[in-house]
Amino acid sequence: MNAKTVFMGYTRSDLANLVVALLVALVVIPTVVQTDYWYSSILIPWLCLSLAAIGQQIVMGYTGQLALGAAGFMAAGAFACFNLILRVPYLPFPVALALSGLIAAAFGILFGLPSLRVRGIYLMVATLASQFFIIWMIDKFGWFKNYDTSGIITAQDILIFGKPFTSPFEMYLVVVVVVTVLTILAINMTRGSTGRNWMAVRDMDIAAESMGISLLRTKLQAFAISAFFCGVAGALFAFTYLKSLEPVAFDIKLSFKILFMVILGGLGTINGAFIGAAFILLFPVVLNSIGNNLFHGAIDATIISATEQVVFGALIIIFMIYEPLGMAKLWYNIKQSVRSRFAPRSELPRQRAT
Amino acid sequence: MKHRRIRLMPVAAAMVAAWTFALPDSAVAQETQYFPVASSRVGPYSAMGTGYYGAQIDYMNYVNMNGGVNGVMLTWQECETEYNAVKTVECYQRLLEKDGQRIVVFDTLGTPGAYAVINRMAEDNVVLAQYGYGRTDAADGTVWPWVFNAASHYWSQIAVKMKFMAEQEGGIENMRGKKIVHLHIDSAYGREPLPAMRQIAEDWGVTLVEISIPPPGLEQQSQWLQIRREQPDWVTFWGAGSGMNSTAMTNAARVNFPRDRMIYVTFGAAEEDMYPAGDAAIGTYAMANALPGDSYPLVAAIKEQVYGSGQGNLSDESRVGSVYWNRGLGAAVMWIEAMKNAQEMHGKVGQAVTGAEFRDGYEALNMTVERLEEIGIRGMVAPFAISCENHEGAGRFAMMQWDGEKFQQVTDWEAPLDPAFIRGLVEESAAKFASENGITPKEC
Repeated sequence: MNAKTVFMGYTRSDLANLVVALLVALVVIPTVVQTDYWYSSILIPWLCLSLAAIGQQIVMGYTGQLALGAAGFMAAGAFACFNLILRVPYLPFPVALALSGLIAAAFGILFGLPSLRVRGIYLMVATLASQFFIIWMIDKFGWFKNYDTSGIITAQDILIFGKPFTSPFEMYLVVVVVVTVLTILAINMTRGSTGRNWMAVRDMDIAAESMGISLLRTKLQAFAISAFFCGVAGALFAFTYLKSLEPVAFDIKLSFKILFMVILGGLGTINGAFIGAAFILLFPVVLNSIGNNLFHGAIDATIISATEQVVFGALIIIFMIYEPLGMAKLWYNIKQSVRSRFAPRSELPRQRAT
Repeated sequence: MKHRRIRLMPVAAAMVAAWTFALPDSAVAQETQYFPVASSRVGPYSAMGTGYYGAQIDYMNYVNMNGGVNGVMLTWQECETEYNAVKTVECYQRLLEKDGQRIVVFDTLGTPGAYAVINRMAEDNVVLAQYGYGRTDAADGTVWPWVFNAASHYWSQIAVKMKFMAEQEGGIENMRGKKIVHLHIDSAYGREPLPAMRQIAEDWGVTLVEISIPPPGLEQQSQWLQIRREQPDWVTFWGAGSGMNSTAMTNAARVNFPRDRMIYVTFGAAEEDMYPAGDAAIGTYAMANALPGDSYPLVAAIKEQVYGSGQGNLSDESRVGSVYWNRGLGAAVMWIEAMKNAQEMHGKVGQAVTGAEFRDGYEALNMTVERLEEIGIRGMVAPFAISCENHEGAGRFAMMQWDGEKFQQVTDWEAPLDPAFIRGLVEESAAKFASENGITPKEC
């Protein structure tokens, strides 16, 4: 366990993590998981929302800007992707995905502008505008939905180099690749000068400015990159999970969920985005299946459904009290305690660099 | 702290183990047919979800108590969707298979949820039974072989409403120059009737004013001030959830808009939508695709047998026979009739059927007055038949009026004035979908 870099600035443990993650994602899961349910209802939405949570993490956890409205950017990305594929012939899916991320990023810059004037809870209120404006715009102008009478449109099939990716497993592969690439990118940014600028602004913006960091540039950059991540996540969410596009799917509730993912997962951590997304997305599913399997017929189903929500809320409170730094910290503590049990004394404990 | 954490582990392990072992106990030797119940019991649409899905479970219990479907016992599994499209997709995948048996039908009771799963139906061999909601052009069975909106869709519904207005005004010629406000929730569901409505309004020389209310629709003051300025002759109200529906009536009372000039959509036409508004609700018109009442023989039998033995799904027994409960019953009756048809058509009497067989049985539904009488719901729903091309079923609605206590039926089952025109719109829209998505319409 040393912090020495072995390859392009990565430490040995970074590479080990990457190899383990890729092995799990591309070898272990495909051999162990055989049912479509796990791919299409658990893994795909989890990865998509983790990506959105990374976006929220960048603007909130790293740059310290309390922004709310990630779902709005997701909607922008999703509808941009639909329209690009519909209107631009022969556009490969990866290119459409990247372009829709860029379109979302443009919205991010636009709605990041208030961050130069207001901060804290007031910024949260100001950024809410993005949520409502984007959804309203898509609803109001039929062009975005190709004048569909019902307003819910079917997402096109994913075609990459002429090969369709339509089965749950194939779509899972697409999502894994995109999420892996973007996660590595995010980790790089947070460790490099970009991330250091963000954190300087987060910790004390006046000090950062006096050190020559441009607040304008840093904040808008964070908003743009955050919106890019959310936009790509939204497009993936619509194309691989929902397979339909509807503005209502990207409502304020989803924005709040992404916010909670980041807070519960741990602010200012990338793995916190994944852990938080897993908790917020999967726990209600687990509770619902337990409720329906264990108490099937024994208790009034309405009470079971209501109890699930109470339990979920209580768990959030318990976690916040028990570990205010989020589940990423919890995970870190577990890792440390395991390591301290097996590693030789001399290598312990290493300070965590944040 | 550490000790407590460790002691939690066996508890969690025991719970997981109990959950895993709890699964296979329903796999018994008896032939069974598995149904999904993707219910929405919490949130703003809970009145709808508890009543509708409660009735489906009650009816399945009732069928089981009376020997099943030709001896095949019904099993079901529930999943909470919260009327949310994202959760509906997860529920659909979760409910899809149980003990190696696949669902044959799915019912989301919500347009967003229906759209989210609609494209999976053909591939998974599951029938999407939209009981008076969902995608309208699915009425064209050549493009949508697996999707049905039996119990009539929104375009027929709006056409019947406009016919009712014309009758009240004394004929279509008197409709010229009249003004209708379509006050709707700002979602796909709220806009669904507009293509048909705009066309009819144009043909009749009626001014149509569209006013939208952002969800969840509890704030309607500015919209009602606008209605007061517009002074319309009629308001067609297209809301969702008891909160939004009752708010509209109290606001109408505030601006003195007569309640007997308001016509509610089927998803606002329930007792639960009327009670909260109190006296302000009196006189409101509402549409029904299944009429309320507990005097129908089947409803009475379920009350006696299922609720009598304490196995009823609703905690409040007085809701049996309400609009949403009866609507759920109407939907569940169609499942079971379709299953019987499937058994007979494919020589599988006494056996479980597959999705494809069930689909054939559903398409062969022919609910004549005599058949409805036998089942014990004559008069509760309009008699109907489904065919290979026509997946809409009856296409007829009854008008009801709220008297402060319950709904009074004011018209018989009415069809649109020009069903061929509505059918034309459906076929046009379905053809557009087929060409956009490279679907070759089925030969019927």
